[in-house]
Amino acid sequence: MATISMTVNGTPMSGEAEGRTLLSSFLRETLELTGTHVGCDTGQCGACTVHVNGKSVKSCNMLAMEADGAEVSTIEGQAGDDGNLSALQAAFQEHHGLQCGFCTPGMIMAAASLLEANPKPSEADVRKHLSGNLCRCTGYHNIVKAIMAASGQDVGAIAAE
Amino acid sequence: MPADGGIGASTKRREDVRFLTGTGNYTDDINVRGQAYVAFLRSDVAHGKINSVDTSAAAAMPGVVRVFTGADFEGVGGLPCGWCVTDKHGEPMQEPAHPVLAQGKVRHVGDAIAAVVAESPEQARDACEAIDVDIDELPAVVDMKAALVDGATKVHDDLTSNLCYDWGFVEENKGAVEEAIANAAHVTTLELRNNRLVANPMEPRVAIGDYNKAGDDSTLYTTSQNPHVIRLLMGAFVLGIPEHKLRVIAPDVGGGFGSKIFHYAEEAFCTFAAKAINRPVKWTSSRSEAFMSDAHGRDHVTKIELALDADNNFTAIRTETYANMGAYLSTFAPSVPTWLHGTLMAGNYKTPVIYVNVKAVFTNTVPVDAYRGAGRPEATFQLERVIDKAARELGVDPIALRRQNFVTQFPYATPVAVEYDTGDYNGTMDVLEKMADLSGFEARRKESEARGKLRGLGLNCYIEACGIAPSQLVGQLGARAGLYESATVRVNATGGIVVMTGSHSHGQGHETTFPQVIADMIGIDASMVEIEHGDTQNTPMGMGTYGSRSIAVGGSAMVRAAEKVINKARKIAAHLMEASDADVELKDGQFTVAGTDKSVAWGDVTLAAYVPHNYPLEDIEPGLEETAFYDPSNFTYPAGAYACEVEVDPETGKVEIQRFNAADDFGNIINPMIVDGQVHGGIGQGIGQALLENCAYDEDGQLLSASFMDYAMPRADDVPFYGVDHSSQTPCTHNPLGVKGCGEAGAIGSPPAVVNAVIDALQSGGHNVTHIDMPMSPSRVWAAMNG
Repeated sequence: MATISMTVNGTPMSGEAEGRTLLSSFLRETLELTGTHVGCDTGQCGACTVHVNGKSVKSCNMLAMEADGAEVSTIEGQAGDDGNLSALQAAFQEHHGLQCGFCTPGMIMAAASLLEANPKPSEADVRKHLSGNLCRCTGYHNIVKAIMAASGQDVGAIAAE
Repeated sequence: MPADGGIGASTKRREDVRFLTGTGNYTDDINVRGQAYVAFLRSDVAHGKINSVDTSAAAAMPGVVRVFTGADFEGVGGLPCGWCVTDKHGEPMQEPAHPVLAQGKVRHVGDAIAAVVAESPEQARDACEAIDVDIDELPAVVDMKAALVDGATKVHDDLTSNLCYDWGFVEENKGAVEEAIANAAHVTTLELRNNRLVANPMEPRVAIGDYNKAGDDSTLYTTSQNPHVIRLLMGAFVLGIPEHKLRVIAPDVGGGFGSKIFHYAEEAFCTFAAKAINRPVKWTSSRSEAFMSDAHGRDHVTKIELALDADNNFTAIRTETYANMGAYLSTFAPSVPTWLHGTLMAGNYKTPVIYVNVKAVFTNTVPVDAYRGAGRPEATFQLERVIDKAARELGVDPIALRRQNFVTQFPYATPVAVEYDTGDYNGTMDVLEKMADLSGFEARRKESEARGKLRGLGLNCYIEACGIAPSQLVGQLGARAGLYESATVRVNATGGIVVMTGSHSHGQGHETTFPQVIADMIGIDASMVEIEHGDTQNTPMGMGTYGSRSIAVGGSAMVRAAEKVINKARKIAAHLMEASDADVELKDGQFTVAGTDKSVAWGDVTLAAYVPHNYPLEDIEPGLEETAFYDPSNFTYPAGAYACEVEVDPETGKVEIQRFNAADDFGNIINPMIVDGQVHGGIGQGIGQALLENCAYDEDGQLLSASFMDYAMPRADDVPFYGVDHSSQTPCTHNPLGVKGCGEAGAIGSPPAVVNAVIDALQSGGHNVTHIDMPMSPSRVWAAMNG
């Protein structure tokens, strides 16, 4: 066991972990930040997506030790300090971009990365960027719509092309 | 309509806030003080005789609390099957034992042999690897037809064969169907496979058993769609715990799609082990483990024949289906290929006689049970594929052939024992033709062809049966459960309301839609209504959520309970206003007396109910809380028409969905936004089945697709935006809301539309291809074109 320290959502945190402990387990079990979800064991589903030093990563594919000293952002830090939803979170609610909610933290974190790099993504951009995040409930329709809406685009006319 | 949205409003979901901020409470988010962790040792062979299980080395590993094997469960009940199908000779199905941990034999890859309980999940997994199991591998049966050959290896030695049942429906119609087929002007025959799927809700299953020795009480936290059903099955049949000593909690559940209906061994294990070691025991499935232990879906092999007369009227349908049960009977498995499949074989069409034969087969594979649609997608797929093939053989327009044979008079009693109460299949098709711009298809095809692509249009119509019921009927059909739903409406003194429902929400949005109904009935803001679900301790006995039954059955129970509340409140209001009950009306949260200016507010009445100073105590009790159980008189019958347009790359065989439009008739709608979302999700899963998903075994019973690396889930870039319309509405006639249910429609309606579109595309390119099995991968499509 070793002590691992990181700044999570702006707050310094630390805990004990084995060398093999994944960042996802460290966040969920040691730091008790259970908003980050684990939906697979092969890095395919993206439910565990967080930001490490500003980059979107699948936290099940990174050892906790590799994040020692890093700045980590998780779903728990996405709403404003006043508790209000971020524009992206609000768009997911407005456009019904979630159902069971299990993939949602990863979707929000992945989408936040996309919008930072590409503030006005096309539909194709959004779909390509989300290809590492699985959702079983929504058929992706309202997730794509919500992300485009969050980027300020008019999504009122979206229907079958 | 109340300000916050009543029936018909696209109210935004209140549950979203916790899911969007990472503050949901899923089962794996729960840790019970002092808990230990379990890891299961699972069989890596499909079939084998267990000679010995040596746990001594594992027991000595660091952190190990106890190792369990099948021997620990001798004398403990097995997992029960909730539906007994009677075969065509009137005999009950063959029903094998289903132990919690394997006893003597393993029967599929993933069958649990032993379990290690340890201080950490890692220690439990490490110790599992130290268990020494001596297994003599036996030949495995994987192919269903091979499993039924005389002398085939038996999955269960104590059964007479691998045949679970041979079901004929309606057996008395068999001769008439044979005669109609013999006399037909045209018969179209199609053989097809409905591919085995894995439901794969994004949240893997989790179970936590907790035992309170002082009170001899057990609690199970589990990822379930129906906690009351789990309490009854596990308590009564497996562990012998009466309901009042067993609490089952299904908190936030991350999707189910059927796979979380069933009672699983891991739930029983954790509850049993928690008592055995007097500590909470937690199990969290990995995704790979989920592939080997969650019930799978579909896996039917079918031959269907459609007979037509000289005027292209359907005269008979005959099907022969092999339905894979896997190695054991999962909770409701026998009902899926029979009563949820045969009864739907009439589809939207007035075919006079139908005969459905189903042989359910045991194989050395993971058990198969209900997956979104459950039997109805399999029925629709056969029927709509064979109709499309018939239209092509006869050279007639596939829409015209469908319209010609639509049921148009309601109620309509089918030859497969159900009665459709309402529908307007032509009206729904009219909506589709317009929204999908079918008249513009030829121009779009030319444009695709100019880019070197083959374009196809595929149609599909479906009929659904939702809200499975009534209890007395399903009892006669072999169900070992009632199929009502329950609700308690508790009004607080200051007027707020808590509805405790036996339905369970795992993505469907009950916490938003159910209050919309109550708000509408009373005329108060929906924010005054809260929904409790998922905990057997604070909800009335209910059957849970599956088969698109929540609003149709659970919603109806809630309406009945709310009506009782309103009737009582009306009496109190009448007393307060010194009027007769019959003259009191409730509107916009105010009770008024007809023809006077007297009024009393909802909150004044509820306060009087709990502070009964001025109150008719001689006539009615204080308080305002009512419970209702609702047992429907019939299924509901949503229906729809779907159109898919695909482009096929003739060089690679890759299929791209270009347009997908869905016109559905769900009767009345509570929340259109949520209904749209349900249809979107169903279509996404249906496209997954049609193009991508396949649960594959090799001939030795090895599971080849046991991770998301091998099992192709639909991703955001595999699907388009969908067009969805539910303006075609024929309300259900027999439930108080006139609702039909919308949860499974998309998954039922989309696979045939996609396959029909691909066949149409290939035919347009001069390829005489009449069928491709799902999933229509590029290699299969390319092979069909170049075959």
